[in-house]
Amino acid sequence: MSKPRNYQTEAIIIKKTKLGEADRILTLYTPHLGKIQAVAKGVRRPRSKMAGHLELLTHSQVSLARGRNLDTITGSQTINSFLPLKTNLELTSHALYAIELVDQFTADHIENYPLFQLLLETMGHLCQAGDNELVLRYFELHLLNEVGYRPQLQRCVSCQATLEPITNSFGSAAGGMLCPSCSPSQPLTYSLSVNALKVLRLLQSSDYNTISRLKINPELSRELEGVMRDYLKYLLEREVKSVAWLDTLKGQA
Amino acid sequence: MNESLTSTAEAINKLIQEFSKLPGIGPKSAQRLTYHLLRAPEEQTRLLAEAILSVKQKTRLCSVCFNVTESDPCPICRSEQRDRNKICIVEQPQDILALEHTRIYDGLYHVLHGAISPTEGVEADDIRIKELLNRLQGSSVNEVILATNPNLEGEQTAMYLHRLISPLGIRVTRLARGLPFGTELEYADDVTLTQAIEGRQEF
Repeated sequence: MSKPRNYQTEAIIIKKTKLGEADRILTLYTPHLGKIQAVAKGVRRPRSKMAGHLELLTHSQVSLARGRNLDTITGSQTINSFLPLKTNLELTSHALYAIELVDQFTADHIENYPLFQLLLETMGHLCQAGDNELVLRYFELHLLNEVGYRPQLQRCVSCQATLEPITNSFGSAAGGMLCPSCSPSQPLTYSLSVNALKVLRLLQSSDYNTISRLKINPELSRELEGVMRDYLKYLLEREVKSVAWLDTLKGQA
Repeated sequence: MNESLTSTAEAINKLIQEFSKLPGIGPKSAQRLTYHLLRAPEEQTRLLAEAILSVKQKTRLCSVCFNVTESDPCPICRSEQRDRNKICIVEQPQDILALEHTRIYDGLYHVLHGAISPTEGVEADDIRIKELLNRLQGSSVNEVILATNPNLEGEQTAMYLHRLISPLGIRVTRLARGLPFGTELEYADDVTLTQAIEGRQEF
């Protein structure tokens, strides 16, 4: 009852669905309200004052009015439009992948400020020239930290033994690394080279500045992508939809 | 809640149910429409029923441009008056209506029936891109105008098509972006304004 009728928040637009003739339901990721859904009226008309400020992958200041069911967006102003993400085919696909993961791994109305920061930083990192694959792996591992699925990379999750510098396995169901003697008894394992494990550990525990100096060869990059995809798919119990598009573009390049 | 409101006549319930499957029509609107038709002259209801049936039976997609048509190829693809060297790519048949309304475009069209939207699982193979490429092979087309929507999905589709079509030696253009007529500058977003400044023209 005491909640004010109108409120403002920063938000990153992570999903949109059509509603009625000219409206949309938007999914916003906010710093302090978590993931919220709101109706944006008339944004599919060319003369909408808000439409350009409420496109996917935009960081905006949004005003909302509480509604009985969904809140309605009454105004919006762009903070950062992340233009490079919208004018480059590869960057768009990478950024869409990131917001799909955020949408999939979060529930409505649960505040997660570090995750908001992570998403915002990742969109910024993608805009800079660099190894985008590495940016995505960094994003994936830190996303898992924030939502409570941090994989155990230091020890064998089954027998707790320290891992030898040999090819070990990653167990998606086990939620972390498995030593060669434990892995045969576990389902869904993925063998992981020593170098890949080192990179994963570094990605998991370092900040982005350290990571950005890494140079990863294409083979190692594919290995890292493979193991992360397996784990994410296992956690979500479904395919991440935008992955198919990432692969289409890679096949072309 | 809806259970308690069912009418005693089965025919009425059935029509209400069918109406409420339509976009934008809830149970109350469905009820209102049903009782309206109940009171309407029989002639009117018959015309409505026929119109609904024929929209499915008499129309199909043009085998060339994939617009909705009653005859194949559609009148635009058959027309002698139209410039066969230009193809305008749109997302949906309704976009053709909007463009035709301007009467300024005299070329041909191609309807994709969607736009690439990875997070919704809509990929390049799910829309009519292959058909477009087949159509361009060995044709006299020298310009492809990308008229997909100026939003993220449409933009992405346009960039992808540009990548596929430009190696064929065909000129690829994109509808200009800028400020819509009848609006105010102060409400424009950064992306639109950036492109409006970059694409400014001699007055």
